[in-house]
Amino acid sequence: MKNPPTTRKIKVLVAKIGLDGHDRGAKVIARALRDAGFEVVYTGLRQTVDQVVSAAIQEDVDIIGINQHEGSHIYVAKKLIERLREVGAEDIPVVMGGSIPILDIESLKSIGVKEVFLPGTPISEIIAKLKDLASMKVK
Amino acid sequence: MNFIERAERGDKRALGRLLSVLEDLSLETAWIVEYLASKSGRAHIIGITGIPGSGKSTLISRIIKALRGKGYSVAVVSIDPTSPYSSGSILGDRLRMQEHATDPGVFIRSVTTKGLFGGLSLAALAIIEAFDAMGYDKVIVETVGVGQGETDIMHVADTIVVITMPGAGDDIQALKAGVLEIGDIYVVNKSDKPEASKTYEYMLFVAEKGEVGRGGGWNPIVVKTSATLGLGIRELTEALDKHLSYLIESGEKEKRLVSRRAHMIKLIALKILLESLNSVVEIESSNIIEAVKSMKGFYEEALRIAMLSGKRISDLTSI
Repeated sequence: MKNPPTTRKIKVLVAKIGLDGHDRGAKVIARALRDAGFEVVYTGLRQTVDQVVSAAIQEDVDIIGINQHEGSHIYVAKKLIERLREVGAEDIPVVMGGSIPILDIESLKSIGVKEVFLPGTPISEIIAKLKDLASMKVK
Repeated sequence: MNFIERAERGDKRALGRLLSVLEDLSLETAWIVEYLASKSGRAHIIGITGIPGSGKSTLISRIIKALRGKGYSVAVVSIDPTSPYSSGSILGDRLRMQEHATDPGVFIRSVTTKGLFGGLSLAALAIIEAFDAMGYDKVIVETVGVGQGETDIMHVADTIVVITMPGAGDDIQALKAGVLEIGDIYVVNKSDKPEASKTYEYMLFVAEKGEVGRGGGWNPIVVKTSATLGLGIRELTEALDKHLSYLIESGEKEKRLVSRRAHMIKLIALKILLESLNSVVEIESSNIIEAVKSMKGFYEEALRIAMLSGKRISDLTSI
């Protein structure tokens, strides 16, 4: 048997943008991803779009995961993807989760959000999709 | 398309990428460290260590602010543990420093321990070298919340700040060998809490008696802070400046740079050896399982692997 290649772990940024004080969901996801062997950079609550983009660049993450609960998901997604483009980091895939109406999924995807996870999505499904996204990302 | 050149020109994305390459250092990429080392050696490396929950990250955020106020550029290497079960990790130190995320003079990078002993990984060392080479004035290294024995930071930092807090133990704890004796500066954080003056006095007693610190002409300074309230930060940054002047005047600064690089070379060598050993053990794993099952030939099998890897090691030295 050959020596296993020393591959980098999948590094995910978990953040919440704007005035939303509910971070239990984000923490549950962060812990589940840790248990699945991911490296999770957790920025916590009340971040600005610029803070999230800077952190993603400095940490060189593979995926940005945004958790929103207060209805601003479309606005946040637009701003975030716009900013990523401005700094030439649009290759970092963005996924979203939280209290998002099912009718908004199409709009979010047309903005450029790669995956939307609604409440009740099995953690195993989130993990599988994140792994797919990370493997598709060209380094 | 050269990451290193782009990073040198100030491209943050390229620097982020470069750090990822350094995190997974291999024989093919080891030359990058050599290149970076040819450009580095000017930065003031500040190691911050202490028990988990003593407030290292919050205090660092305050220190960054104070150093930025003095016009220094600041890079932070923040180390968090890897889970022994899933080998995943949550890098949460950044959370307390996010107010500096968009400051162009600040770069924060989180690294995992990846199960390496001593609290500091080769990845962290290579990243320190990169920040130094890129011209950051101050490189702050935050270790994992260490236990008493993890004193690796000694070989790496110019200035070591050991953080303790009220309730962390009495004067006998403070007198023990290990992490509490390696500091150049001792900080009693959370000093807004009762009992803080008691802890301060313990630390003062130990520092004044000369039982701690790395010797030479430096007497450790003890500072009381409250990171959440922002108290004692000016005293702490003054102590950092004072220690740096001492290092430069005494010639210690250069000695510590040599010690840092020597430590890195040792870790690179260890990595090469471990990898070559691992590949041998992998190849021979079927035999190991047979040996374990029958409980016979245990010693012979171990010896055979050791000899095989010995051959590999001698091959490697000719590279």
